[in-house]
Amino acid sequence: MDSRSAILSKIRATRDTGDETARCLAVESRLARPASGIVPSRGQLDREGRIALFLDMIAKAGATHERTPLPRDVPALAAAYLRAHNLPARLRRGTDPRLEALGFEQEPAIEMLAGASDGSDLAAISHADFGIAETGTLMLLSGPDNPVTLTFLPEHHLVVVRADDIGGDMEAAIARLRMLQGKDRMPRTVNFVSGPSRSADIEQTILLGAHGPRALHVMVVG
Amino acid sequence: MELTSPAFKQNAVRALNDPQLQKALGNVEKGFVAKRAAARAALPEFEALRDQARAIKTHVLANLDLYLEAYEARVTASGGHVHWAESAEQAREIILGICRKANARTVTKGKSMISEEINLNDYLEKNGIEPVETDLGEYIIQLRHEHPSHIIAPAIHLNKEQVEEDFRRVHTHLPDSRDLSEPVALLSEARAVLRQRYFAADVGITGANFLIAETGSSVIVTNEGNGDLTQTLGKVHVVVASIEKIVPTLEDCAGILRLLARSATGQDMSVYTTFSTGPRRPEDPDGPGEYHVVLIDNGRTAMLGSEFEDMLRCIRCGACMNHCPVYHAVGGHAYGSVYPGPMGAVLTPSLNGINVSGHLPNASTFCGRCESVCPMKIPLPKMMRHWREREFERNLAPAASRYGLGIWAFFARRPALYRWASGIGMKLLGRMGARNHRLSSLPLAGGWTAHRDLPAPEGETFVAAYHRQKGA
Ligand code: SF4
Repeated sequence: MDSRSAILSKIRATRDTGDETARCLAVESRLARPASGIVPSRGQLDREGRIALFLDMIAKAGATHERTPLPRDVPALAAAYLRAHNLPARLRRGTDPRLEALGFEQEPAIEMLAGASDGSDLAAISHADFGIAETGTLMLLSGPDNPVTLTFLPEHHLVVVRADDIGGDMEAAIARLRMLQGKDRMPRTVNFVSGPSRSADIEQTILLGAHGPRALHVMVVG
Repeated sequence: MELTSPAFKQNAVRALNDPQLQKALGNVEKGFVAKRAAARAALPEFEALRDQARAIKTHVLANLDLYLEAYEARVTASGGHVHWAESAEQAREIILGICRKANARTVTKGKSMISEEINLNDYLEKNGIEPVETDLGEYIIQLRHEHPSHIIAPAIHLNKEQVEEDFRRVHTHLPDSRDLSEPVALLSEARAVLRQRYFAADVGITGANFLIAETGSSVIVTNEGNGDLTQTLGKVHVVVASIEKIVPTLEDCAGILRLLARSATGQDMSVYTTFSTGPRRPEDPDGPGEYHVVLIDNGRTAMLGSEFEDMLRCIRCGACMNHCPVYHAVGGHAYGSVYPGPMGAVLTPSLNGINVSGHLPNASTFCGRCESVCPMKIPLPKMMRHWREREFERNLAPAASRYGLGIWAFFARRPALYRWASGIGMKLLGRMGARNHRLSSLPLAGGWTAHRDLPAPEGETFVAAYHRQKGA
């Protein structure tokens, strides 16, 4: 018997309840109609409450943030961030139309690079698809719009998220994911990011900037 | 790794007499216990989430065959490959085969306890492939040729001076004059060294905290981002996971994730939680060209239907060892097995046999803290008791523990043994009783204290004090 059949039959030997149809139905229906479990009350707030909690939690995780009502202000704010951190005025990004619409071309102070990172970039900018207030978490999807290397290789990661896309909890993020991708379809990676990279492996001292970005800067628009 | 569990008592004595280790172990309580308590207190639904998590995993285990099939179908549909391994040996061969096909010379690795369990690194090395651990703690212990002493903080037994020594010994391309006195300097150095390795590696191997049946996704949870670089920059991503990692849906995963980081490090959420599904898509500018999952049994199916089935709910958060007085006193290496602490005391006999790990279920005070903090509500003390009973039935127990009060007679005939055994007892009891000066259980002599409390001893045994004073 091959390993697959051997493992499955060993499992079946102790699981068989005598009513295999019921077991199959239970599993099929759970997978076909996923249901939310207990959702913490923490994120169940109105729009402004969610945004305030999101920003609070982001700060708690060691990231910085700012909010602007106007999308067209983002390039100038990004340029100011780079200057304030003594970084060259250069940003890498993917082909996300939401980033393209921000008008970086009108911001002569920044040189824009496109595509995946090869590890030499000091700063990159991505657009998140959702923000989760309960934990201060960004949801980013891999692909040409926002290459996943931009989330992990640069020293500084700037992330834009729309105020309208900030929900209370992870279940709301999952609902958005299914809406964007279709049920059962996933991008190669869904990245939930809560703060800059960190490690506590040396004497339990928390240090920022382990393998991923040393700094995460979140820009809420709207 | 070579199992040294049969020597638990000798290991424990050595650990208790190692001042460096004792200093490092102080970080376990300092680092984890208060943070978990604060995270738990800040989430009113925490207890209800524990019940829910237990129910999710119990449901999965009752239908594990069906969920594994559903999961496999989704992985295949997204362009990935699923491999099945009954034993550690089969798993190693499958992984080597994938590496060979990719002409791999080096592989990077995200932190994975299952890869420790199947002894993957040694095997790859013997076959001419260099494994590079990328989690900072794992990297450090790999340089020292050691094994993790904790399932989420593998290098917790070390101090920064030791790490500095290792870095100076191994990173010889860097100037001797560099300042490594601060942990942040050590971190930066590891970051720079490992950056090269990610890009040079052909294959990236990660574990999985969860496998989601609904979508065919594997989930990794990290703080450093090393697991993501490992799986993104290699040409091939190999996920190594034991079969019980399945959860049904994305929502089920979200529910258990709320417990994982809080129980482990006291964070609301770890920095990076990544759901990975299949290889790079045609339009993707980055990511691995191949995605493989190696599903490993290695003893799990034998636990199904036994009194140890509940152990398969474990999500490897480490809370049980973070709250264990025995672990605090002796650290992870004394257990001599891949998995230390209370979860290891239950799991190791299941995976390796009670004949070589009989001491582990006895390395407990039955204080019950492990069960009370376990997010998956696993009845760890009860299962340790089951192992003791089995050990008793097989007549493998050392004479002392087989005869309850006969322990006295045993030690009375062996004064030297008594001196060190009660020495362990003293140190353990001193710690445990520090809070209320009463003890309800006594390690290595459970039969004694089942029905009475002992006052916590302070200081040393009479004999030790006598020798010290005589020597002075
Ligand atoms: S037994 Fe419970 S507390 Fe221990 S590692 Fe597993 S889930 Fe965590």
